Amino acid sequence: MTAGSAPSPEAGSAAYVLAVADDAMVYAQRLGEWLTNAPQIEEDMALANVSLDLLGQARALYARVGELDGSGRGEDDYAMFRDERQWRNVHLVEQERGDFAREMARMLWFASYQHELYAAQLASSDPVVAGVAGKAAKEVRYHLDHARHWVLRLGDGTDESHRRMQAALEWAAPYVDELFDDHAAAVTAVEAGLVARLPSELREAAQGRVEAVVSEATLTMPDPPTWRSRGGRDGIHSRPMGYLLAELQHISRSHPGATW
Amino acid sequence: MYGNDVIDPNDPLNAAETPAYDEARQHEDRRDEVGGGFDALIAADQRIEPRDAMPDKYRQTLIRQIAQHAHSEIIGMQPEGNWITRAPSLRRKAILTAKVQDEAGHGLYLYSAAETLGIDRAELLDRLHNGTQKYSSIFNYPTLTWADCGAIGWLVDGAAIMNQVPLCRCSYGPYARAMVRICKEESFHQRQGFEILWVLSRGTEAQREMAQDAANRWWWPALMMFGPPDSGEAASQGHTAQSMAWGIKRFSNDDLRQKFVDMTVPQAQKLGLTLPDPDLRWNEERGHWDFGPIDWDEFWRVLRGDGPCNAERISQRRRAHEEGAWVREAANAYAAKHVRSQESAA
Repeated sequence: MTAGSAPSPEAGSAAYVLAVADDAMVYAQRLGEWLTNAPQIEEDMALANVSLDLLGQARALYARVGELDGSGRGEDDYAMFRDERQWRNVHLVEQERGDFAREMARMLWFASYQHELYAAQLASSDPVVAGVAGKAAKEVRYHLDHARHWVLRLGDGTDESHRRMQAALEWAAPYVDELFDDHAAAVTAVEAGLVARLPSELREAAQGRVEAVVSEATLTMPDPPTWRSRGGRDGIHSRPMGYLLAELQHISRSHPGATW
Repeated sequence: MYGNDVIDPNDPLNAAETPAYDEARQHEDRRDEVGGGFDALIAADQRIEPRDAMPDKYRQTLIRQIAQHAHSEIIGMQPEGNWITRAPSLRRKAILTAKVQDEAGHGLYLYSAAETLGIDRAELLDRLHNGTQKYSSIFNYPTLTWADCGAIGWLVDGAAIMNQVPLCRCSYGPYARAMVRICKEESFHQRQGFEILWVLSRGTEAQREMAQDAANRWWWPALMMFGPPDSGEAASQGHTAQSMAWGIKRFSNDDLRQKFVDMTVPQAQKLGLTLPDPDLRWNEERGHWDFGPIDWDEFWRVLRGDGPCNAERISQRRRAHEEGAWVREAANAYAAKHVRSQESAA
C-alpha cells in the first residue's frame, strides 16, 4: 500500500476480522489460567470448555485474516509473532485473572457482546466469517448461560458472594464501553457487508441481557464509572497485556522457524 | 519423509491399543447362575456391584485405591496445566487444554465410583488435602520444558495405561466400567505425547536436546510408577496378595513393568531417543528387554514427601479449594433458597 492511499476493501476486512479474533484469543488465554485453580472440578472443566471454544474461533478467524490481508500468514504467525502494539483486542479480555466473581462478570459481559456480534455476522458477505459465526453463536449461548447461572448463584447466594459479585460488576464497568465503540475497521466492515451492525448497535440487546441477569440476581447495575478503557482496537493496551503476550509467545519466539 | 521415519498408525502404541484391552473389557455376566454371595461371585470372576454385600476390608481397599487414582488425576492436571498458557502453538494449546480437561473428567468419574462405596467426594478431597490419602508420586516431578508434556504423555500415560488395562477386569463393577472409558481416553493422550516428541526429535537441534532431556528425566520415574518390586529388599509389605485374591489386581508390579519396558524401548528407537540406562539390552533367552536397577531409595523418599514438587502440588490444590470455598457455599445457599421457594409455592 502506498502512503496516503485508502486501504483496499480486503485489508479493511482483515483488520476487522483480526479484532474479533484477538478478543477471542486473549480471553481464551486468560480462561486457560483457571485450569487447576477453579472452585470445583466441574468448573475446571467448564472454563476449559469456554477457553477451547474461543480458541477455536480465533484459529479459524486468523486463518481467514491471512487470506484477506494477502500475507498468507497462519494462526501462529498472528498469535505468537505480533508485538503488543499490533494486537486489536479490547482491554476487558486482557485484564488479569481475579476472583471467580470477576471472571463471571467478565464472561457475562463478553458473552452478551459476542452473542449479538455473531448474530450480526450470520449473513456476512464473507463465507468464512458467516461460517464461524454460525458455529460460535451456538457456543456463546452456552457461555452466556454458564455466566448467567453463576451470577444468579453468587448474587443470590451468601452475603459474601453477593458482596463479591457486586464488586465484580463495579470492576468490569469501566471496560464495557470499549466493546461497543464504532472503531474504524468495524465501520468499514459494515459498509462491506461483513457484519450487519455496528458495535454501538449491539449494545442495547447485550446490555439488556446483562441487566436482566443482574436484577434477577438481586444485584444492581453499577453507577457510570468515572473512567473508561480506550485504545485496544488501535493497539494501545493496558499493563497486563505485555505480560500475557510474554507468556503466550516466549517458547515460539525462542525457537524461530521451528515447528511444533 | 523416508520409509523408516514413518510410524505405522496400526501398530499399537500403548496397552489400550492391544488385544489385552479388548479382552479386559469383555465381561460375561453369569450372576443368575452364580448367585449373589461375595465369595461365589469372586470365584466365578463376576462383578461385585454397589448393593452387594462385601467384606469391609474389600470396601476399604477399593476406597483407598479408587481415591488414590482420582487424586492422581486431579493432581496430575498440574504438571501439564503449567504449560497451557505457554504451549508453543495454538494447535498444541488446544490439544493440551482438552487433555487436562479430560483428566478433570477422569477425576470426576473416579470420585463417583468411590462414592458408590459409601463415601463422599468432599471427604475424599479433605483426605487428599490433609495428606492421609496419596496420589501417584510421579506428579511430584517438575515439568521443566515443553518436551515434558510429550514425555508425560508418552511415558507416564503409557505406564498408567499398562497399569489400568487390567483394571478394566477389576471385580468391582463401577471401577471396572470407569476404567474401560478412561483407558480409551488415556490411549489418545499417550499418542499425543508420542507425537509431540516425534516432532521435536525431527526438529531443530535445540528441540532434539529438549526431547532427549525430557526422556532422561522421566524414564526412571515412569518405571517406578509400577510400584516396588515383587521380591527382594525393596519389596513392599503391600496389599498385592489380597488384592489379587479379590480380583482387584491381576498382574504383579514387576510383570507390568516388564511389559511396559518391552513395549516402550522400540518406540524410543523409532523416536531416535536414548533411554538413560546403560544396562538396557534385548535378552534373547528371556524374550524381554533387560534393564538396570531402579533407585528405590529415591522412590521411597519422594513417596514420603521429599520430592521436588510434593509441597507445591498439595499447596496449589489446597489454595484452589480454599479460595473456592465461598463459591461452593454460595451455590449451596442458592440451591437451598430455591428449593424452599419451590416448596412454599407448591
